[in-house]
This record gives sequence, structure tokens and C-alpha cells, in this order.
Amino acid sequence: MSDVLVRVTIDGREISVPKGMLIVDAAKKLGIDIPVFCYHPKMKPVGMCRMCLVEVGRPQRDRATGQVVRNENGQPVMQFAGKLETACTTPVEDGWEIRVDSPLAREGRQQVVEFLLTSHPLDCPVCDKGGECPLQNQTMSQGAGTSRFPFDDKQHLAKKVLLGELIFLDRERCIQCARCVRFQEEIAGDPVIGFFERGRKLEIVTFSEPGFDSVFSGNTTDICPVGALTTADFRFGARPWEMNNAASICPHCPVGCNLTLNTRREAKSNGREVIKRVLPRQNEAVNELWICDKGRFGHHYASGPERLTRPMVRRDGVLVESSWDEALAHASDGLQAAHASLVGIVGGRASNEDLFNFRRLVEGLGGTAFLQSSMSGGEWVQKVGLGSSANLGHLGQGDAILVAASDLHQEAPLWWLRLKQAAERGATLTVLNARPTRLDAYATHVLRCAYGDTEAAMLGLANAVRARPELAKYPADAGVRASAAAMSSADRLVILFGQDGLDFGGTEAMARAGVALLTATGHAGKPDCGLVAVWPQGNVQGAWDVGVWPDPDRAREALSTAKSILIMAADPLGDDPAQAETLPAGCFLVVQELTMTETAKRADVVFPAQSFVEREGSFTSGERRVQRFYPAIRPLGDALPDFEILARIGRRSGLVLADTASEVLQAMAADLPDYAGISYQTLAQVEPQWPLAGGDDLYLGGTAYKNLQGVGTPLSSAAERGEPIAVNLMEPETARGRGTGVLLVPVTRLYDRGATLLPSTLLAQRLAQRAIILNPEEARRHSLSADEPGQVHLDGRAHSVTVRTDAAIPAGVALVPRSVGVPIEEPTRAELSRMPEPVTS
Amino acid sequence: MAEHILLRHRDLPGLDRLEVYRKHGGFEPLRQTVTTQTPAQVIDLVKASGLRGRGGAGFPAGVKWSFLTPNVFPRYVVANADESEPGTFKDREILEQNPFQFLEGVAICAYAAQANLAYVYCRGEFWDLAQVLEDKLGEMRAAGFLGKKLFGTDYALDIRVHLGAGAYICGEETALLESLEGKLGQPRLRPPFPAAEGLYGKPTVINNVETLTNLPPIVSRGAAWYRSIGTEKSPGPKVFCLSGHIVRPGNYELPLGTTFRELIYTHGGGIPGGRRLKAIMPAGASSSILAATDAVLDTPMDYESVAALGSALGSASLILMDETVDMAWVVRKTTEFFKHESCGKCTPCREGTYWMLHLSERLTGDGRRPADAALLESVARGMQGKCLCALGEFSTTPVTTALERFRQEFPASAEGSA
Repeated sequence: MSDVLVRVTIDGREISVPKGMLIVDAAKKLGIDIPVFCYHPKMKPVGMCRMCLVEVGRPQRDRATGQVVRNENGQPVMQFAGKLETACTTPVEDGWEIRVDSPLAREGRQQVVEFLLTSHPLDCPVCDKGGECPLQNQTMSQGAGTSRFPFDDKQHLAKKVLLGELIFLDRERCIQCARCVRFQEEIAGDPVIGFFERGRKLEIVTFSEPGFDSVFSGNTTDICPVGALTTADFRFGARPWEMNNAASICPHCPVGCNLTLNTRREAKSNGREVIKRVLPRQNEAVNELWICDKGRFGHHYASGPERLTRPMVRRDGVLVESSWDEALAHASDGLQAAHASLVGIVGGRASNEDLFNFRRLVEGLGGTAFLQSSMSGGEWVQKVGLGSSANLGHLGQGDAILVAASDLHQEAPLWWLRLKQAAERGATLTVLNARPTRLDAYATHVLRCAYGDTEAAMLGLANAVRARPELAKYPADAGVRASAAAMSSADRLVILFGQDGLDFGGTEAMARAGVALLTATGHAGKPDCGLVAVWPQGNVQGAWDVGVWPDPDRAREALSTAKSILIMAADPLGDDPAQAETLPAGCFLVVQELTMTETAKRADVVFPAQSFVEREGSFTSGERRVQRFYPAIRPLGDALPDFEILARIGRRSGLVLADTASEVLQAMAADLPDYAGISYQTLAQVEPQWPLAGGDDLYLGGTAYKNLQGVGTPLSSAAERGEPIAVNLMEPETARGRGTGVLLVPVTRLYDRGATLLPSTLLAQRLAQRAIILNPEEARRHSLSADEPGQVHLDGRAHSVTVRTDAAIPAGVALVPRSVGVPIEEPTRAELSRMPEPVTS
Repeated sequence: MAEHILLRHRDLPGLDRLEVYRKHGGFEPLRQTVTTQTPAQVIDLVKASGLRGRGGAGFPAGVKWSFLTPNVFPRYVVANADESEPGTFKDREILEQNPFQFLEGVAICAYAAQANLAYVYCRGEFWDLAQVLEDKLGEMRAAGFLGKKLFGTDYALDIRVHLGAGAYICGEETALLESLEGKLGQPRLRPPFPAAEGLYGKPTVINNVETLTNLPPIVSRGAAWYRSIGTEKSPGPKVFCLSGHIVRPGNYELPLGTTFRELIYTHGGGIPGGRRLKAIMPAGASSSILAATDAVLDTPMDYESVAALGSALGSASLILMDETVDMAWVVRKTTEFFKHESCGKCTPCREGTYWMLHLSERLTGDGRRPADAALLESVARGMQGKCLCALGEFSTTPVTTALERFRQEFPASAEGSA
């Protein structure tokens, strides 16, 4: 939008707004709500619904001189066209006078409402949108109050059309505003729904298989201005006014989307509060107004029947429910006895508060705490992360983005969406990966390397940016040089790296090479520049910040001699059953968990932990924004937050740990320089957001968009604070990845089979399959046929899988989704074979 | 008119054959244009001729071309052969019988617009005609009237035929562009106009078949000659389509400014059975219906004079209705058409045409209620000025003008409004 300001008068009130701003937005700035249906501030205006009709007066100009004609008082003479104009498509010009609340404009809008209602079933009493429905609100505020259209003559259409198994269409309620169609095309980049037929027969159809195949599909139900689109999760679930709101943060991936959890007490849940739906909460620096379907539909694990609600101890070889006292006494005795042979393993979905107390407890008892993660690099994100002004929405023309070794669409969908938009705004996007990904379509440079050569390719980029003798052996082709040139000359540079095709050391090498790129191009520490790790879990960066770091080799070694083990929010034995055999016989195992995992089943003490919907806490996103989440429902049974369980164990072991969330964060702020000054008060602060959303206005559909509970605090990076950044590049191990068989590469699927997604049965059809995906040629080489069973041989064990073929997968490689039961975390050589013929006797 | 300029095949049999067309000077105007004129000179010539768009709006063609965003390429030219207005069948005759003059016009326009690719967008029902046009284009390519290095210059041009899927709305220029791009035929928001962002977002000229067919004679005979035909503000010949209650229905090429009376009674042979002419729809279904008074009959048919009657010349497709016609029936028929063809994009048209049909069916049927006519008028007026494109607006004009000018034929209205 232009920097030039223009003055306009709307209903007698003057305002200065940037030239080119639409009338509807300028009015919004004045607090005047011009009703809209098709208009959405995130999408190009189309002017279809004709709801936003206003009178526009333009200063009359003398035809000969071009000068504004003035009356005897020196005031410009305004010319009003006889015709009403759409406020959503008309950019304001200097000196305009707009009448929203005039008889003519009111009459026009009343007529449009009347037209809309001729087709509408008026089934508000049973409609999901009733109570938060723009059509309902506008009928009340703009409509005539009576109908001249006979109700008997209404058309009747299908009330439940499955666009997919997640999104349902009520054809009678649809007002053909095309918000959903345009969202899918313009924002989500998944044009899988569209209009079919014409006139009053116009209907929304899906033309993908499976139906409405988009990980952003749920957003269309938020922006639908009527009750036409509903989710399978919420349809007929509750009335909006019955529900309470709680602000939350999505725990599934490192984006940290801001959420609102809508809850209600329900008879069918014995009067318990339950989560009825998950909505995005506006944070223009993080997720704007959107969330992905994993965040929206993948919440059932947090309050499902699988949840543990009582502490358990092993008695006579069997886990039985116990009192907290007994379990705590037993656990603290066992953990204290181990001293240096105490090992702590924690997962990246634990909150900052949990992680902080975990480290304090384990180290306080003399043990060592490890983060369970096969990806490294968090230290470098602390040093050259995005910094305190982080907002991917700032990126555009003149900026460069590198996404390396990540399938962002599956790993962090909102980052994918925001980088796609940055590329559409003109940013130079480079995608470096060993296989094609959805982001390639928006990239200026697609750099393809072989699996095993990703680090080398990254070093090639580093060498192309600034030649170093030791990197001369890493070649740079024309594409690499062009990408490097774009990075060097860019105003801003953001580098995201993942772990696709990399082992732990490989990700460390990638992080370091990323740091080298940022420092060599002079971008380290600059606003909106930096390194972002696409972590496999939501709060991995928080773990690094708290000082619980991963080290798979040392962790394995420590476990093999451990006397006591404390495991929190992780399920190593579920991930790899073979690990159970490597645990020392007789070692004492304490587990803090949500559900009875494989690891918990093996434990001596199991503590029931609260999920993120029952408690307070904070997560640190991949962009290093610390964000606060709030309790939404009352805790299940006797479950306690992890940090509190740890504090109670500590108390029995002679360690004083803070036992309320705010006190833990206070302790963190005192202990960790990067978190100095952060408190629940600062995390609850809000900033003005644009576009304005939520509230009682008629501007956007949906409830609870507005961010009233905190936009979080982005942490500064060391580079930003002017600290010197020195990095030693790591050269790839040449031996890695050689050997016989195929290179089995674990890949991340958004809809994984992890414990946090399986309970959401809605997504069952879309979950990752227990399959390997390989090139058809490669499949033939191993005598494997597409869609037939096959076997993967790993460490002497055979794992049965379904064989899928995809010509885009490079030869010599087989992809296997993480979490489907083939226990690999890093690329590994494996033999493939056909399923043995059943033995007949 | 002694000589046919647009329906030239009526004077020259076999004009749809390339050799006949060439024998009568065909493609000389194109050769002359491409080899001796600059695009700007062509635009100036067309501006000077005063040629106005024959699709209905009557916008000066040369002025439209000069709106093309400078220095943005590629550009496109699109010939609108989606002739779908009820009662309009002039383009079809040109396409069938004088195709080369039309295609030469497309080529001249493309040169003026500096476009290297032009499309002829035919309505879906013209599928056989589209095949014939493809053949004609093949002949042109073989003869060197299309292709690279046209007439030895650096100018390259190809013309392609695209068949619509049978939607009236695709005659609206922006809906046509959507359809041509393979999308659902729905009009776009304007601005931007096609001259700025047209086909595939590029500067585009869209003209009607008849408009383009005027170009070869303008080039060969000059603007002054062209202005000698017709009126000062509406120069040139026009093909008038006569249908309905008329002795000799068909196309008549006459100068703009010919009176209704001359067209209907001199050329069309008057009303069958000597019955009284009651009403005229001068622009097909999209008409403001005129009562056939003497004042109307003596009005010259040019853009200004018909507009002064409170109507519009539009595509000059006259549907004539004698005294036996029930105007409520006419309202129902036209509304049925518009309801069927409404694309559904904007609310007033999608819902309003449906509601108007509902009411006009009731008006002509058994369930008539006293206030129906007044309600119908109110619904039509409620749509006016609010629709996204002209289709919605046009759907209301037969309704409101019939109610206004033939109120006595809607007896219920008297009771209703009393």
C-alpha cells in the first residue's frame, strides 16, 4: 500500500489512510463496520455479494482546469453517483466523502439481504453458525425484518454434502460468496474446491481425491460467513454462546500457532468440560488468522479416555494405581539412589516450565538430562535466530529465503504458507532438498542433491557466497551460484533447515553452514534475518534454551549403564521396541506421561501428567517466540502438570523446585539470560493487529479470532545483541550412507501415527501409512511391486510394510514415514525384500 | 442500401471461398496495413472512422484500442463470436458466409493492437461453424495471411478458434476471458478493464464479430467514406436483425440512423395479417421495451436517438410484437431466459432473476395475488444498480419497462397498488 496518505470523510468523520486502502478498511479504522460477506481482508476483493454498498461522493472537478470546484464557503462540491458502490472493491481517494449510514445506502444493503434470504433456509435455531453468523447479524442490523418471499417456495437442497470426511457443506445455507474457494486458491495454494453449475444451482464441489484434500481445509469453516461449511469435529457440537474460550498454543509443530480452545460442560461427559473445537487466534507475526488441520483436529489426545488419571507403582511385577504419596516416595527413593547413574530423557512436547524443572531435578540428583531428538542445531538458532522483530510476514521483494532439507508443507504447514506468500510478494526462495516438495512450485531456485550430499550442497552454497579454500571441493553449479548471489544481495535472509535425509551430525553441519551463510552475507543479527530449525516437535527450541540438549550417542551409552531413568513426555520404547532389550536389567524407571505408552508399561512408577489444555505453561517456537498457553478445562483425575510432579519429587529428594508455572518461569527468567524479563505478564501483552478481526463487528465470521491473551515475546539472538559469532564448519562424513541395500530415509508426515494424533479418529483416513515409498525402478530392482506388501530388514529384524512407488523419489532410496512402526530416526542402510510366501504344511 | 458492406456475400456469391474473396480485393487491406502502416496509424484511422462497437455498448472501437497499457506484452485480440442475445443472428451470417472479411478484420485489429495471437470465441452451439472457421484459418495460413513474417515483415500473427460451453454470460467480455482461460464463465470485477488486464492478465482488445468485419472496408476506402454512411455520431452500416411478428424476418444491412418504420415496413414488409404493431424490443431480450408509437417508429436507429427514447439500440436485434402479445407473458419469457443464464456470481442477479421469474410465473398463472405486479417491479428496481455485470441489470429492463409502459396489461397491479 502507498505511503501517501489521503483524507476521506466517512459518515461525517474524517480519517487519513494510505492511498489505495479500500473503503471498507478505512471505515474499519474509524470503527465503522460496513457489512461484508465475500470480502476478506486477506484475499483479493471480488465484489460478488454486493453487501457492502455505500454512497461515494467525489470532489467535483472543473473539466477545463481539473481544479476542485468549491462552493461559496470554500468547501469542495461533492458529486455523488446515482449508483451505490461496493466498499470492498473501491480504493479511497483524497477528498472523498462516503456515506455508509445514509437512507439510500441502507436501502441498498437491505435489498441485498432480502435477496440473500430468498434462498436461505433460515434454520438458525439448529445452525452451527447461529450466534456468530454474519448473515444472522446482518439480517438483524441491515435487513427488513419481514420477508416478501413466500417461505413455501424456498428451494430445498442437500443439507449434508461431504466435501471430504472433515468438512461438510450445507448447500441450502451457502450464499456463494466464494470465500472458501478463494482461500483454497489464493492462500492455501490447494485449489481443490470450486464452483459447479451456475445461477441458483451454483454449488461448491471438491475435485480432489480424497475430497477437500488440503491441510488448511478447516480455515474455510472459520471464514464461511454462514453455516454452510462445518467441520466433522464441531458440526452440531455446541452453540457458540454456550462455550468458553481459552487462549492456547498449538503443541504439534515448531510454528506455535496461536489457538483458541472452545470448551463446554457436557452431560454426556458426566458434566465434565470438554474441548468442542479449536480455532485460530490472531497473531499476525505467527499464524495470522490460520491454522492447519492437524492443529484443529488433532486435539483429542489431550483429553481423551486414554489419558492416565492416577499415579501407578509396580507391585509384584504389576503396575497398580497408588496414592501420590506412595508413588512420589517410591520414585524419589529410586531416583536418588542412582546418583551419577541417573539418566533423564525428555521429549520436545514438554513445556518450558517442565523442561526447566526436569533439568533442575535430574542434574540436582547428580544425573544427566537428554532431550530425545535426532536433530541438532538449537545452539546456533540461539546465536543467529530470527531475533526480536521476527515476522515472516515482513519478507518480500528484495529478500531471500533458503529452505534446506525440509518438507515444510508436512513439517510446519503455516511456515510453508507464509513462505509461499513471501515468495509471491517477490522474495527469492531457494529450496535445497534431495526430493521434490510442495514448496518447489514457489521457489526461484530449486537445488536438488542426492541423499547423503545435502550437507555438501549446503557447503557449496556457503562457498559460493564467500569462497573458502577448504570448501573448494564442494561444487557450485549455476543454480547454486544464482541462489548464492541472491542471498548475498538480499535485504533480508532467512534460512530454515530440517532433517530430511540427515542424521544428527548432519543437522549440526547444516546449522553451522546456515550460520556461515548468514555471517558471510552480513545478515546475522539483522532484523528479520536468521536461522530457523524445523524441529520435529513443538518445543524443541525451548529444550535447547533451557539447556536440555539432545545427544543420541551419549544418551544411548548413558542408558546402557543407568541405574535409574526418568522419562517425561517421551516414549523411546514405543518408538523402538528393540531399545527395551538394551536397558540394564533391574534399572529403575519413572515415567511422566499422558497415556500408557510402551515405555510407561515398563516403568516402576508412572505419574499422570496434565496435557496442555488443562494447565498453564509456555512454549518457545522455532522462531524463538515465547508464547503462553492457558488452562481450558479442569484436569482429568489426579493428573498434575509435569513441572509440579518434578517439584514434588524434588521436595522429597531435598531439592527445592518452584511448583507453580509462574514461579518456574520466574526462575527461568532469573537463570537464563535470553529469558530475562519474561514473565506471564509480559507474555500476556497484546499488540495491535491488522486486519482487525473478532469482536462484535460484522467484518469477519467466526468467533474468538481476536488476540486478547498475548502475542508472546520473541527472544533476541546473540548476533542481534552484537555478540561475536564464530562457527567451525563441519565436513560431511564421506563414509556415511555407503554400503549395501537402499538408503532408508525417515520422512516426516504431518498426519503421523504418533500418540498425539492417533486418538483423533477424524484424521484416521489421512494418517501416514506403514509403507515405504520408492522409485518404481528401485522397486523392480528389489522385486517389489507397488501396493503389495514387502519387508524392510533393519538390524536383523524384518518389518513388514506396504510398497508405494513414486517416480520423483531418487534411485537407491526408500522413504519411510516416521512413527509408522519402522524404527528409524536417521537415514540407515537397509535391505528390502518381498514378503515371504506363507508356509503351507 | 444498394451495396452491402458487411453482408457483401449477398452481392458476391461464393465470397466464403478464399479465391473469390481475394478476387474481390480480399486481404489487400491487411497487406496494406501490415506493410505500410504503423499500429498507431491504424488506431488513428479507426478513431477517425468513428466505428463504434457493434456488440451492444456502442463504444468507439479506436478509443478502446488506445486504452491498451503501453509497453506490456504479449497482448491479445479476442473476437466475441458468442452471439447469444435472443433475436440476434447477424454475426452468424457473417461467420457463415463472409468469414474472410471478418478474419481479415481480426488480423487488422491484432496488428493495430500489436498482438501476435488472436482468439475467436464462438458460442458452444457454433461448433460446426467453429470447424469451418478452423478450415478457413488453415487456408489463410497456407496462403500466407497468417504466420510468421507476415507479408515479409517481422510481424507474426496466428488466430485460433475457441468454443464456449453454452453460456450467455460468456458474451460478457470478462466472463468470456475467464471461459477462454478455461475457468468458470463468470464476469470479472472491472476495473481493471481488459485493455489493461485481459486474457491471462495481459492487455487485450475484445470486439464483436460485426465490429471487426467493418475494418477491411474502412482500411481500403478510408474514414471519410465510412463517415458518409450513417449519422454523425453513429457512422457506418449496421446489420439489423428482425424477428417476431414481421413478414420478412432476417438480417438487414442498413446505415445507422435508418428509422424503425423504414426497417419494419419498407424492408421487413410490415406486420403479418395487417395487425397492429404493439411493442418493440430493439436489443433482443436485454431491451427496454418500446411501445410502437408513431414517435418511436419515426425515430432513427442510432445509439443516441434510441437512448433518448429511454431504451438502447444494443445489438440492434429487433423483436417485434403485435397486438396479440400479452406483455406479462413477455416478461415471463425474458425473465425465464435471464434466470436460466444468470451465472450466480452476484447476489442481486442470482436471487433476483429467480424471484422475478417466480413472480412473473404467478402473474401469468392461476395463483396471481393482488400485489404481485407491484412486488415484481419492486424486486426489479431492487436489483438495479447493484449487479456485478450488465446481465443482471439487463434482466430488469424488460420487466420495469413493460410494467411502466404497458401497466394496463398487469391488472392485478391496479388492485395491488390501490
